[in-house]
Amino acid sequence: MFKNVYNWIDERLDITPLWRDVADHEVPEHVNPAHHFSAFVYCFGGLTFFITVIQILSGMFLTMYYVPDILNAYASVDYLNHKVAFGGIVRGMHHFGASLVIVMMFLHTLRVFFTGSYKAPREMNWVVGMLIFFIMLGLGFTGYLLPWDNKAYFATKVGVQIAESVPYIGPYIAQFLYGGDIVGAQTLTRFFAIHVFFLPGALIAMLAAHFLMIRKQGISGPL
Amino acid sequence: MAHGHKSNEKVVYVGDSRVKKGAGVQIPPDYTSYPGKSEAFIPNFLLKEWMVGCVVLVGFLVWTIAEPAPLGYPADPTNASFIPMPDWYFLFLYQFLKYPYVSQDYIVLGTMGIPAVLFGGLLLAPFLDTGKERRFYRRPIASSLMFLSLIAVVYLTVISWSHYTHQLEITNTIPEHHVREEKAREAVEKGQEPPSTVKKPAAPVAIVDAKDPAMDIVKAQCIGCHATDLKGQGSFPALTGVGDKYSKEELVEIVTNGKSGGMPEFGSKLSAEEIDQLTTWLAKQKAPAK
Repeated sequence: MFKNVYNWIDERLDITPLWRDVADHEVPEHVNPAHHFSAFVYCFGGLTFFITVIQILSGMFLTMYYVPDILNAYASVDYLNHKVAFGGIVRGMHHFGASLVIVMMFLHTLRVFFTGSYKAPREMNWVVGMLIFFIMLGLGFTGYLLPWDNKAYFATKVGVQIAESVPYIGPYIAQFLYGGDIVGAQTLTRFFAIHVFFLPGALIAMLAAHFLMIRKQGISGPL
Repeated sequence: MAHGHKSNEKVVYVGDSRVKKGAGVQIPPDYTSYPGKSEAFIPNFLLKEWMVGCVVLVGFLVWTIAEPAPLGYPADPTNASFIPMPDWYFLFLYQFLKYPYVSQDYIVLGTMGIPAVLFGGLLLAPFLDTGKERRFYRRPIASSLMFLSLIAVVYLTVISWSHYTHQLEITNTIPEHHVREEKAREAVEKGQEPPSTVKKPAAPVAIVDAKDPAMDIVKAQCIGCHATDLKGQGSFPALTGVGDKYSKEELVEIVTNGKSGGMPEFGSKLSAEEIDQLTTWLAKQKAPAK
């Protein structure tokens, strides 16, 4: 039954090459921790992606309860954290996952740097990877404000004030982030939109580019 | 994709340090030329990856259950004693900006100059370090720059954190999310509901005795500022429920002589009887007893 359905689709769309390319690509010995334990350093990229998937999934569940306005934001997080079944765990995964993504991505970057894997012909993939790094930092910064507690409020205030000190464009950046002149209702909805729509969209596009390039070029050879 | 449709074609790996220079036409070897144990991604390698993934996931879940995500008290912009602290991965930048020559008059150097050079250098690393050599110990400049930056980042983060904990000590502050968690734990131990930290919006207070003749004075004098429904507007407070805030004597004083912040004096506009009538009515404006 399943096979018939698959064949029916495959006849029309020729989907076999798409997944066979992913399925059959070789994992060489030098990156396989089963053969050389030290090759675990090659796992950090995959783990970053794994935690990113957890972030996306837990974030999707958080938006079921979170209300992005200054009157209800804190109350909704409080309710989610303490009243909703497993809400504390889902929020905990999103909160600590944010740190874990940064750690894993940092380790992955160091692995790529110290194995010289960013060199020709993989320059573009390195640049895309760095853009992913900056997007992740942006996600961390915008997500920090959303619970709307004192820590969130004052950290964001300080952060935007630092951005404001950039010459010429600083005041414009600050106004863009604030949505006005202070951290307020506009700032919260703005950060919510950036955190939930703009940056994840950019992140997914960049990840697609990152993975396409690694499939096209293969993993870098042994040293 | 790398495979194409030819079954004998394998992924071709390039840019490898094993490729010798000057050996004529450079056709980088693929992995079949390295003696080793390659395996297919699906299912062999993916199964192992999933096993590692499961272990990581279980560890992560145990962590989130053992350590609840912190939540302090609702944001209060007037709270002047709160020590602001960014998330830990921004601490190195936060600390860096505290040093002279990258702050105050030199803030441009701190927010733009040095970070732009460092992050720009990192972003463009493949174009700055164009040598063929990949082993880090054969690339002393790139590697030592990276090691130096790593040491600097770790140092700045540690310093920033110890500075923060020191500040907490001297101001004798316990971070809010700890206070809150502790109070909730104590309440639960006593068998009570954890104290709510959510501010409840005040229930709207109705006008008491709206048919009183004093209402005519209110309509003539007060609603211009305190709004037609007496709920207040802008910086003008609501008159509903004002009897809970002030006694009749205090109301007489406020109405007669005005109050700083916009309340004009009515001593010259209204007679003593009118003021008495008005304030008697105002003093009755109390929220219904629960």
